[in-house]
Amino acid sequence: MSTVHLSAITKQFGKVTAVEDLDLLIKEGEFFTFLGPSGCGKTTTLRMVAGFYYPTKGVVKFNDRVMTTVPPEKRNTGMVFQNYALFPHMTVFENVAFGLKVRKMSKEETKKRVEDVLRKVRLDQYAERQVSQLSGGQQQRVALARALVIEPDILLLDEPLSNLDARLRDEMRAEILRLQKEYKITTIYVTHDQVEALTMSDRIAVFNSGKCQQVGTPTEIYNEPVNDFVAEFIGETNLLGVSEAGLGENHRLYHVDALGSKVKVNNTSLNVAGYTENDELRLSVRPEAIEVSAQPVAGENVFPGKVKLVQFTGAAVHTYVEMNDRLTLVGTALNQGPSTYLKEGAEVYVRLPEDQIRIVPKAGV
Amino acid sequence: MLNAEKRRTLVLLIPVVLILTGYVLYPTLRTAYESFLHNGVPSFQNYEDFFGSKAKANLQALWNSVWISLLSVLFSALIGVPLAYIFNRYEFPGRRFFSNIAIMPIVLPSLVGVMAFMFLYGEAGLIPNAIKDLLNLSEVPFKIGGISGILIVHAYTMYPYFYMTTASALSNLDLSLEEAASNLGANRFKVFWQVTFPLLTPGFVAASLLVFMVSMASFSAPFLLAGGFRVLSLQIYFSKINGDLEMAATQSVILSIVSIAFLLFMRWYQGRKDYRMASKGIGAHRSEVNNPMLKWTMVTLGVFAVIILLLPHATLLILSLVPEGTWTWQTYPAVFNLENYKMLFDTPYIWEPVRNSLIMAVIACFGVFVFGIFTSYALVKRNFIGKNLLDILVMIPWALPATVIGMNLILAFNSPNPFSFGQILVGTFWILPLAYFIRFLPLVVRSTNAVLEQLDDSIEEAAQNLGAKWFYTFRKVVIPIIMPGVLSGTLLAFVQAVGEFPTSVLLYTIGNRPISIEIMNQLRMFNIGQAAAYGMIQVALIAVVMFISSRFLGVKAEKSLG
Ligand SMILES: Nc1ncnc2c1ncn2[C@@H]1O[C@H](COP(=O)(O)OP(=O)(O)OP(=O)(O)O)[C@@H](O)[C@H]1O
Ligand SMILES: [Mg+2]
Repeated sequence: MSTVHLSAITKQFGKVTAVEDLDLLIKEGEFFTFLGPSGCGKTTTLRMVAGFYYPTKGVVKFNDRVMTTVPPEKRNTGMVFQNYALFPHMTVFENVAFGLKVRKMSKEETKKRVEDVLRKVRLDQYAERQVSQLSGGQQQRVALARALVIEPDILLLDEPLSNLDARLRDEMRAEILRLQKEYKITTIYVTHDQVEALTMSDRIAVFNSGKCQQVGTPTEIYNEPVNDFVAEFIGETNLLGVSEAGLGENHRLYHVDALGSKVKVNNTSLNVAGYTENDELRLSVRPEAIEVSAQPVAGENVFPGKVKLVQFTGAAVHTYVEMNDRLTLVGTALNQGPSTYLKEGAEVYVRLPEDQIRIVPKAGV
Repeated sequence: MLNAEKRRTLVLLIPVVLILTGYVLYPTLRTAYESFLHNGVPSFQNYEDFFGSKAKANLQALWNSVWISLLSVLFSALIGVPLAYIFNRYEFPGRRFFSNIAIMPIVLPSLVGVMAFMFLYGEAGLIPNAIKDLLNLSEVPFKIGGISGILIVHAYTMYPYFYMTTASALSNLDLSLEEAASNLGANRFKVFWQVTFPLLTPGFVAASLLVFMVSMASFSAPFLLAGGFRVLSLQIYFSKINGDLEMAATQSVILSIVSIAFLLFMRWYQGRKDYRMASKGIGAHRSEVNNPMLKWTMVTLGVFAVIILLLPHATLLILSLVPEGTWTWQTYPAVFNLENYKMLFDTPYIWEPVRNSLIMAVIACFGVFVFGIFTSYALVKRNFIGKNLLDILVMIPWALPATVIGMNLILAFNSPNPFSFGQILVGTFWILPLAYFIRFLPLVVRSTNAVLEQLDDSIEEAAQNLGAKWFYTFRKVVIPIIMPGVLSGTLLAFVQAVGEFPTSVLLYTIGNRPISIEIMNQLRMFNIGQAAAYGMIQVALIAVVMFISSRFLGVKAEKSLG
């Protein structure tokens, strides 16, 4: 087990900067996730931890050991590849035993350990199978077993579930978490599936175009995004351009250009992210926070609008409200039965609760 | 400072570059240099002689080579494409058998094939004479020889290129495309010309270029059949025999330029974005032929094709049973026994060429095997400056006609140089294994490239990640995975080396004369039976290799042709 410390890491491929000025400290035993859109540098970062790439600038440390240019075979990390990368000419047993054989472990010890780990991933029946004769989920578990059996200091997983169907994905998620807890192993997990990230992780780093935007627990990332990119990338949100318009006792005022009026926002760190004078500002409000009602509602930040579309998704109902020709807001409510659905074309009132709004700066590019 | 990765690449590259420079690049340049010498003095005289009025024969030979090649492309296409279409698109009794036989011409080494054709359809050929006797004619109704002979042999041996590319394109063709076209209202004719045909064109172009190159380089057919007809590859041989090495060099340069131009054109063409199918390969669906007339027409066609295709093999087998001196003035051979095969095994003088061929082919293939793996690995899995150049360098021996490779080696190694360790190699045993090594290196590199490209980088990374050093990974992971591909390439190189004629005829000595040279000798002495028996050995070897490849290495015979 080991911490992973990346400081001031930059990686360039020729002219392309894949990762820029990255600082991260991953704690011992932590389940840490890299989340971000395609091409944002997640894999590149993971591969620098594994040693397949060396950073152009910066230092990689495991605990206090500098690992920046140590070759991959000397790092004792266990990696699960996106395509599993199982050795096609070996059986399940031989695949899993490979790392131990390299470490010159005795035959009996190898056998014991491999059988042990195969039992843990519930594949003890399949030890002598050729890997090509396994299903996707089974192959995945072989890959996991192969990475775990060497007792790595760090477990690295690059979108390990992206090739699986939805049901199997759920199952494997649980499996990975169970094994991670059992081995108490520092784990870095790469995904661009936000549900996966939110449900599994201790902490998440959100990447965009080579830069780490925010590091935090799933609730922090969701409830207190540091900028509009994070707010928009994680979950759904309504984003409106705003500018500062005054300071009250316990609240602040922002002018919403698209509404042509001011909104009131609680003056807490939960509602207002840190920003500087030069930042462009955005107001983010989650659909589930917005109240839409046919009757006039009391309170602050109430605006009239007209229902454009009602979308039924099963558990939830999305109501699209056209505020004016420049702005449509989405509100989401849990399904309470047909009598509560609004009619398309109906005049309604929309409330943006001042304690649910978050003001964020626009992400730099 | 170089990191470990770079150092490894360098260590890998040094031997590769050294060998390619010494045995491919240097001889090629040496030939180019020699072509500008006239009686040892630098001049353009040779080129003036080539293109000038003085030696019309050369220009004529170049022109002959070109149009013979164009016609070979045409005929090969006319046979290969319809055959592939019929055997792969329609289901009728015996289809599988016919389609397997269709590639049988590959199983005939070129010299042996030409020989079989000579005895089948030539002046004293069995077929023309049989027809003559059957119909009581006073003259043979037809005979092949000269141009017609060359063309027929070319069409027979080269149509499989068209057959195989068309067959594989057809099986990769997504049938839903054709169905979509019909669904949109196109009739069968329109569907073929507007959908199917355009999708097959890239394959046709590739096959055409290949056939053109192969027939430009063709040596055995003109050698045995041309009579007074001149083609460029043969001119090189005559210049060399007449001792005019400088002219031979000039002719080689010109033939090489044509061939390499085609190689570059082909690389460019294949590198373009072509319309490869996006959807997953669906096993070709064949239309059942229900109309009995049509069905039996097809079956008849199939039977007919099979007979024609296998006649040379059968002829060879029959001739190999004819003992020496029993078929002289008679129209047909009358005595058959196993004498020739017996002689092979109990007469040292007869056996020696077989032994020579086997030994030299084994040496060459061992070299090609080891060197091919490393070269291919460097080319596919490593990044370095000049990779493209190295790639072209490896492929040069493939693009160059065998005659030119032979000339290159003569000119490079008839004087001592560092790459021959200060020895004169020409006239020694070693020059032939070297020639085979160079000739067949591209074949192994290509088949190894194909498997290495399939091998995902992450497999190696996974091994490294588990703690394996590079060489351990290479031995325990990479090599076992690519072995079938490499082996099938090497085996193919082996059988081709055993039968290799053009470089052998330029470079052999009495001590290492290989099978192909001995076949020539036997033919000269009209001992046809023994020549055919040598040929049968090669056919048997090829059959065994193909069996091994398809059975144990999982490589289809079609694929191994490269
Ligand atoms: N070997 C390489 N050579 C050149 N550019 C590269 C290389 N590897 C990655 N890049 C570039 O670096 C950027 C980041 O790539 P990376 O693979 O890390 O993205 P990712 O976040 O893993 O994306 P995905 O979710 O699609 O896997 C991309 O723009 C990519 O094109
Ligand atoms: Mg990735």
